[in-house]
Amino acid sequence: MSEGLALSRAAAARPRSVTSEGRAVRWLLTGIAILFLALFLVLPLLTVFAQALSRGWAAYFEAFHEPDAQAAIRLTLTVAAISVPFNLVFGVAAAWAIAKFEFPGKSVLITLIDLPFSVSPVVSGMIYVLVFGSQGLFGAFFIEHGIQIIFAVPGIVLATIFVTFPFIARELIPLMQEQGTAEEEAALTLGASGWHAFRTVTLPNIRWGLLYSVLLCNARAMGEFGAVSVVSGHIRGLTNTLPLHVEILYNEYNFVGAFAVASLLAGLALVTLVIKSVLEWRYAGDLAAGARH
Amino acid sequence: MPALETRTARRIRSLLLAACLAPALVAPVSVAPALAQTALLNVSYDPTRELYREINAAFAEEWKAKTGETVTVRASHGGSGAQARTVIDGVDADVVTLGIPSDIDAIAKLTKKIPADWRDKQPNQGLPYTSTVVFLVRKGNPRDVKDWADLGKPDVKVITPNPKTSAGGRWNFLAAWGYAYNRDKDVEKANAFVGQIYKNVPILDTGARGSTVTFAQRGLGDVLPTWENEAFLVLQEFGADKFDIVVPPTSIYAEPPVALVDGNVDRKGTRKAAEAYLAFLYSDKAQAIFAKHRYRPLRREAADKADLALLPDVKLFRIEDLQGSWDDIQKKNFDNGGLFDQLSRAGR
Amino acid sequence: MVATPQRRFLFRRPSVIPGFGLTFGYALTCLSLIVLLPLAALVAKASGLGLDGIWEVARDPRVASALRISFGVSLAAALTASVFGFVVAWVLTRYRFPGRKVVDAAVDLPFALPTAVAGIALASLYAPNGLIGAQLAKVGIQAAYTPLGIFIAMVFIGLPFAVRTVQPLIAEIDKEVEEASATLGATRGMTLVRVVLPPLVPAVLTGFALAFARGVGEYGSIIFIAGNLPYVSEIAPLLIVIKLSEFDYAGAAAIATIMLGISFLTLLAINLIQAWSRRRFGYV
Repeated sequence: MSEGLALSRAAAARPRSVTSEGRAVRWLLTGIAILFLALFLVLPLLTVFAQALSRGWAAYFEAFHEPDAQAAIRLTLTVAAISVPFNLVFGVAAAWAIAKFEFPGKSVLITLIDLPFSVSPVVSGMIYVLVFGSQGLFGAFFIEHGIQIIFAVPGIVLATIFVTFPFIARELIPLMQEQGTAEEEAALTLGASGWHAFRTVTLPNIRWGLLYSVLLCNARAMGEFGAVSVVSGHIRGLTNTLPLHVEILYNEYNFVGAFAVASLLAGLALVTLVIKSVLEWRYAGDLAAGARH
Repeated sequence: MPALETRTARRIRSLLLAACLAPALVAPVSVAPALAQTALLNVSYDPTRELYREINAAFAEEWKAKTGETVTVRASHGGSGAQARTVIDGVDADVVTLGIPSDIDAIAKLTKKIPADWRDKQPNQGLPYTSTVVFLVRKGNPRDVKDWADLGKPDVKVITPNPKTSAGGRWNFLAAWGYAYNRDKDVEKANAFVGQIYKNVPILDTGARGSTVTFAQRGLGDVLPTWENEAFLVLQEFGADKFDIVVPPTSIYAEPPVALVDGNVDRKGTRKAAEAYLAFLYSDKAQAIFAKHRYRPLRREAADKADLALLPDVKLFRIEDLQGSWDDIQKKNFDNGGLFDQLSRAGR
Repeated sequence: MVATPQRRFLFRRPSVIPGFGLTFGYALTCLSLIVLLPLAALVAKASGLGLDGIWEVARDPRVASALRISFGVSLAAALTASVFGFVVAWVLTRYRFPGRKVVDAAVDLPFALPTAVAGIALASLYAPNGLIGAQLAKVGIQAAYTPLGIFIAMVFIGLPFAVRTVQPLIAEIDKEVEEASATLGATRGMTLVRVVLPPLVPAVLTGFALAFARGVGEYGSIIFIAGNLPYVSEIAPLLIVIKLSEFDYAGAAAIATIMLGISFLTLLAINLIQAWSRRRFGYV
């Protein structure tokens, strides 16, 4: 009896589907999700821009006129320009070896590549101090030869590479695994060289995943704070990256300046997200495998 | 096929090799310009940012007038202990101007880049200026904080930096201890009094600057014991209508010393400029700048009378007179298992 | 530095595809130089203390409490992020509403936003005189400068992991299974609990573990909002920094090694979950 009632009611209310929840539940869940995201994600972002502009545009732009700020921007760009290509080459090489070949110990290798993901940024910086610091493993050697690694650009680059190490490899490995080896094998059988096969067959297949992971890697490289803070030495105009400059301004009671520089980084994050969304929307199929990391 | 494979493989390999080596090649190049010009690096503690900005500019001007050479003095600021650590780990500092003598002792001990008798290399034990600890309270002093004893009252929230990482935090700690010891002449009672104060501390920032931001910007706590110069700076930056400075009847003689990093200047060939920089700190011009930024200059006659008038007469005690050498002071209070550790363990 | 490409690695299954020696060798070299060697230096430094020494450091009340706070709060934050992350992932894949794409993009914000920026933004929001902090203060809750502040920062950085690991799986659920379940007389709630959720469990666990691992190590966003009080709101990474500024390298290395060991176990757990799920459900 009650079954029949339920059926007829279901038939009457057309949009009610058996594979979805009731309207009230849907509204409730959507509401919770949006409220949660607004509170935890959007509000902090808005705060950055609101604080940055709290004294008007003139004060906002003043923060970027300072030579120290410009040096920080230059350094951040330099660091990203070195570490992202490095991780790009590594990521492609690692993905090629792991995805296109079968060998034992593969999952150990993947776990090791993953390791920097779960290492605290502070530890990431500290390990380079232990290796290259003047009290460290090779410290004496480098000092003797007048090469400064820690508290100079090389140390910052190394720490950044470490922190962003898995980004590209981890995106490409599942993508290339999913695509298998049949196409490359066909190309090789037709006489293409390995390099040619990679360029004309593999690369077009993975390009959107590649671009996507390079973007995230770049955003992280420019925004890293903890690891860089340990190896930087905080010398104004010399070894201060943008995130460290934010901290310095903040500690100089220059809150507008701190949030202005922060807004630059937040803007970078937003641009990253926009490009990423566009990529996902246009090349959803190509990215599907990689999205599940 | 194998031949083909080898050729392409070789091509790829050289490409990859280049990519692998790129960071190693580019990195030194990007550092080189910094080394090419005469640049001094002053590694300093947290609240001296504004001070050394002015000092460094003044020195560069004088050096130019005297020798015709251009010198840039770069500064690095942070918690005094953390700053000493970077010098120990290899920051190319020419001079260190830290918040507390024990941090320079640590560099001397661990690296030998600074001689153990660094105090005797500069006038006045390496102290071109001194300072003391005063209280910053909210306008009208609602909690009626007048002396160190008031910091131990149960309803007073005290904001102070972590003495493990911050020189200012250590001076606050030692000042409170010295006050209680001078009052009761009893070590146990002094220890207990400091413990009482640290029970009232809701937040321990890593540097003096962090604590000031917490107190002034975030509105937490009732009283901020801090460097005298820092208290004046807060009035200037956040508005004198929001805070009052309370000067306790007695406080500590705070000694932020300066030293030459011999090991570094010889390697960099900057000894002449670095020595001149330290000597400049004792000059009339620099002494006046110290007073202007509310530090207590060594030679009061060089400073502006109006500036000096703002630095109140306080009965200052030296912690060395109460606790012995700096080695002992550091070990007893702040090293692992020292008084601070014992108190925070007991007070949790 | 790279193995000659002609030499076949014996342990590899034969293939016509070239470049194994080259790419494998290069990847391994980079991995060794950038990741393994420095981490080995860390473990070497810590092992100078001996196992007893490391244990001694871990038992030091202040270290123990910092580790407890880091792991405890991170556990709570990862749980919260997983629950809300699941709701967000469900809403984003199953429902259609205006602005869905924007909301979807916003989920990745903590990935892309520098942690220091997040830290100062969260601190100014949740401080007692901040936008949210003022509201919370009215009901007697202080968020910033307490463990609650750490929790908030950890939820912030953990959320994308929780959402992004389950989202693709929700999208892949075969609706016919749900229809079958409904046709067989199950209520919507029963279908969800008995049919839809079980295959998602491994992904939720993976997301949880990732958020947890990230939260344990997080530094930049937390120090601005934590209060950093020993025994109350001092996190393990901060204690490492403090140990470093006390010139206690071995102590810092010991804490780092302990954290490293635990995060390695977490990663191992993730891989085991995925292996189990591959056996049980046929996918990761």
